[in-house]
Amino acid sequence: MNPPLVKVRPVRQPQSDIPASPPAGQTETLKIDVEHLSFFYDEKRALEDISIKMQPNMVTAFIGPSGCGKSTFLRTLNRMNDIIPGARVEGRVCVDGQDIYRPGVDVVAVRRKVGMVFQKSNPFPKSIFDNVAYGLRINRLSSNRSELAGRVEESLQQAALWEEVKDRLHESALALSGGQQQRLCIARALAVKPDILLMDEPASALDPIATQRIEELIYQLKAKFTIVIVTHNMQQAARVSDFTAFFWLGRLVEFERTDKMFTAPSEKLTEDYLTGRFG
Amino acid sequence: MTGARTATPRKVLSALFVFACALCVGLALVPLAFVLFFVVSQGVQSLNVDFFTHNPRPVGEPGGGMANAIVGTLILTGLAAAMAVPIGILSGVYLSEYRGSRFTSAVRFAADTLNGVPSIVIGVFAYAVAVLPLRHFSTLAGGFALGVMMIPIITRTTEELLLLVPNALREGALALGATRARAVFTVIVPAALPGIITGVVLALARIAGETAPLLFTSFNNRFFSTSLTQPISSITVQVFTYAISPYEDWHRQAWAGALVLVTIVLVCSMAARFAAARVASIRGR
Repeated sequence: MNPPLVKVRPVRQPQSDIPASPPAGQTETLKIDVEHLSFFYDEKRALEDISIKMQPNMVTAFIGPSGCGKSTFLRTLNRMNDIIPGARVEGRVCVDGQDIYRPGVDVVAVRRKVGMVFQKSNPFPKSIFDNVAYGLRINRLSSNRSELAGRVEESLQQAALWEEVKDRLHESALALSGGQQQRLCIARALAVKPDILLMDEPASALDPIATQRIEELIYQLKAKFTIVIVTHNMQQAARVSDFTAFFWLGRLVEFERTDKMFTAPSEKLTEDYLTGRFG
Repeated sequence: MTGARTATPRKVLSALFVFACALCVGLALVPLAFVLFFVVSQGVQSLNVDFFTHNPRPVGEPGGGMANAIVGTLILTGLAAAMAVPIGILSGVYLSEYRGSRFTSAVRFAADTLNGVPSIVIGVFAYAVAVLPLRHFSTLAGGFALGVMMIPIITRTTEELLLLVPNALREGALALGATRARAVFTVIVPAALPGIITGVVLALARIAGETAPLLFTSFNNRFFSTSLTQPISSITVQVFTYAISPYEDWHRQAWAGALVLVTIVLVCSMAARFAAARVASIRGR
């Protein structure tokens, strides 16, 4: 890890008295609480001492230049980095107060609770129905066929895809358009009823209209889920998120309410990035 | 060629190159065409209903057929497939899932070596392992020899095809709470299934034409048999026996047997292509 070019001050968490309006009664509970997280690919440090607290039913956007670690950080939140040989984590990631990296944790249970949508839509080469039913079947989450069908429909409704596919549920998912495929992947993730939804640049491969639909969807989904979204598109971060985290060279530079971050960032580096002076 | 009128050296060279390629394709196809031509033209003359319904007659007695050998070949390849398909596919899964370990590299190298072992050597091996302990030739020994030949082919084909499945599918399954094994068997293998089916059938076609491993494992049998513990006839060994005999009538039978074998292989290949295309079309690819 190269020494940072700019001195980075410790990150201040957003003040809890700022009206971020979490639902009543949940003000105290943190959905995600990361403390001093560092991440290594073999000896190379990709993330350095990241601490961040996220409240339930909020959308948090991760922004930053390519290679700044925002995707890597996102993938530590559901332990997707486990499958990379040589990956190593230090620090704590608590979801609902439970450290997901403590020994003996059931990774499968973590991933069920923390759903994920990828940058490139990745529907399985199966029918639309089977794609959504996949998570339900492997986790044995529905006891009979009608319950399964009900949950598939519910998930497709939530992902705003039901009307478009209800007459061709048993056709191949690969015949859908790119935007539909991405919403299918969202429906698939929602079907197992996660608490948290991680989205890794979910709209980067989509046209503006499909992107708008995904953004509207995020807005609706945050009533039920806590959402973390990585985006390269700063306008998108400004539109969809309640909080924004700015990453740079594997560090969390600033974490702030989105409206404040985009109007009055407290770090010079953030301001330079937001105004397009680098990145 | 569109450049005929304004022939530049570049276009002439291009035309020459295309011509050379076409010529080589033609040359490569000539032997195939001749083989097919002779097999069909010679074989058809001796093909009749008796050929499929009767067993071989003694020398000098006209007529007779290869009913026992046709059934024998089907049983032998069936046994080989029953042994090699599960082992081969699971080994292929192992090789593609645990890439990079030393053991995997050793297994891969072993499979490639086994693939290159002459079939007669495999026959000797099967003789030592499956014939000597039982003290007689048997169908099981023949199926075992063919199965041993088939395993590395299926293993390597499966491995290569699984590696073609995008990693994004694996991540998608894992992110939904699938374990590694679940992801492999519910998403990755099904995604590669059309190719794996084709690979299995090509392996079947390859071993159906083997003679050497059968010569001292399943041996031959002049009578109709479906017993797994007795010697059994097969088209290839029967063709071999007839072809080296001095009798005109047996030569004709050998041609007919060759034609039947080629037809069986062709039908199997086409069936596999069809099955793979169906699987693929259901998935919309």
